[in-house]
Amino acid sequence: MAKALLEVSNLNAWYGESHVLHGVNMTVGEGETITILGRNGVGKTTTLRTIMGIIRQRKGEIRFAGKDMLGVALHRTAHAGLGFVPEERGIFSTLTVEENLLLPPVVAEGGMPLEEIYALFPNLKERRGSPGTKLSGGEQQMLAMARILRTGVRLLILDEPTEGLAPVIVQRIGEVLKTLKQRGMTVLLVEQNFRFASRIADRFYLMDHGQMVSEFPVGELPQRMDMLNKVLGV
Amino acid sequence: MTMIFGIPLQAFLGQLLIGLINGSFYALLSLGLAVIFGLLRVINFAHGAQYMLGAFVAMLMLQYLGINYWFALVLAPLVVGLFGAIIERTMLSRLYDLDPLYGLLFTFGLALTIEGTFRYFYGSSGQPYNVPAALAGGTNLGFMFLPIYRGWVVVISLIACIGTWLLIEKTKLGAYLRAATENPTLVQAFGVNVPLLLTLTYGLGAALAAFAGVLAAPVYQVSPLMGSNIIIVVFAVVVVGGMGSIMGAILTGYMLGIAEGLTKVFYPEASNIVIFVIMAIVLLIRPAGLFGRDA
Repeated sequence: MAKALLEVSNLNAWYGESHVLHGVNMTVGEGETITILGRNGVGKTTTLRTIMGIIRQRKGEIRFAGKDMLGVALHRTAHAGLGFVPEERGIFSTLTVEENLLLPPVVAEGGMPLEEIYALFPNLKERRGSPGTKLSGGEQQMLAMARILRTGVRLLILDEPTEGLAPVIVQRIGEVLKTLKQRGMTVLLVEQNFRFASRIADRFYLMDHGQMVSEFPVGELPQRMDMLNKVLGV
Repeated sequence: MTMIFGIPLQAFLGQLLIGLINGSFYALLSLGLAVIFGLLRVINFAHGAQYMLGAFVAMLMLQYLGINYWFALVLAPLVVGLFGAIIERTMLSRLYDLDPLYGLLFTFGLALTIEGTFRYFYGSSGQPYNVPAALAGGTNLGFMFLPIYRGWVVVISLIACIGTWLLIEKTKLGAYLRAATENPTLVQAFGVNVPLLLTLTYGLGAALAAFAGVLAAPVYQVSPLMGSNIIIVVFAVVVVGGMGSIMGAILTGYMLGIAEGLTKVFYPEASNIVIFVIMAIVLLIRPAGLFGRDA
């Protein structure tokens, strides 16, 4: 495995009184694409939001590029190199497509220039003047990813990028993620769509009851299918 | 004599001008309230006090430091804006996680404290502030007599309103502000310092109120109560326009100012209540306000 970019150990998190993450351990290597699998409600989204610093009631250890992230304020997290695409996509309705695209501040060099983003997502260029939420679901997902690519972050955190999207769009997102991988981007995603995940991920974590219960490389996916189908209840 | 709707044209135009001037103040004040409410979700009851502070700072700067109107027009909003920013950073920001009522109660208490303090030192009666020499006198437009200062108030407040609107709708800072109004957590996760944005916004709202206060000083008298007199009407304006809509606040301010002025011509007895009657009707028909989106 490549050098670890993100190391999470014994991570606990709470929503008010309720304890939702019970000691999550995981590592994401530089340039890897990691997918977290698991049933609804086991804490996948919470894991991403806790790593990102959106959930502040947390204990344990999160190291990013060797730096301890637990004491870092939410508005400094992105500057450390983490970019987040939320499940609900978070496209702003009072901003145009281009304003949405240019909203996240550039945090490091090496981000994708605007022309390149428009080349990768021609739809966004065509519709750059319309309100962000007038785009279709697929276009909004593209926009949510594109605006993070501009910022030069090293780790892209994606929460269910294919949820509710047509197969042709899902395929398109897969291509984009492969392109990003070739460019050396590290990706951590939560995904319910197995087939999609198996095409892009290097390794999988399986989550249950607020913990990682197993971890395996993409090559072991076929032999684990029975177990996964049972655990995930697909 | 020319008549319009059975009213002498001069009386009509005179009241239209008064309506426009009042409307200018309503627009500037409700604009600040709308900006603050949009992002901070705080109903800023101290807005009238900040308007009064603007007028007082201008008057005191003239009395003690000899700073004239033109410098006061820039300096007083800066002073009051900074004061607002300090209040937000040290006190108001601690209330965001609580029920919105706490923000309302806090700013209400703040307004009472500021106004009480000024009443203690300066009494309730108004003090004059002279129209700057360059804007003194009036001009005969042929159909009516226009005091130059009043014309200036209408023009400069329109410029200030449009400037603020452009700042919010067309700049990067404005994009942060609009985005943070929709989803502050995500904007913060993108690396924008949202707490600082909140402080700046409150400061901007307070500065706008103070700017209106300086403009008002030569028109009305400078008195500790000038803010509480106007703020009730301004709240009605915001309700009619719809909370959180920037352009709505501006347009409604002018519209209601003019409606009030014209009522003085046609049915003077109702001029003090016409805005509240309009508010009641709007609340019945469109509870979100004329320009508001349903929350």
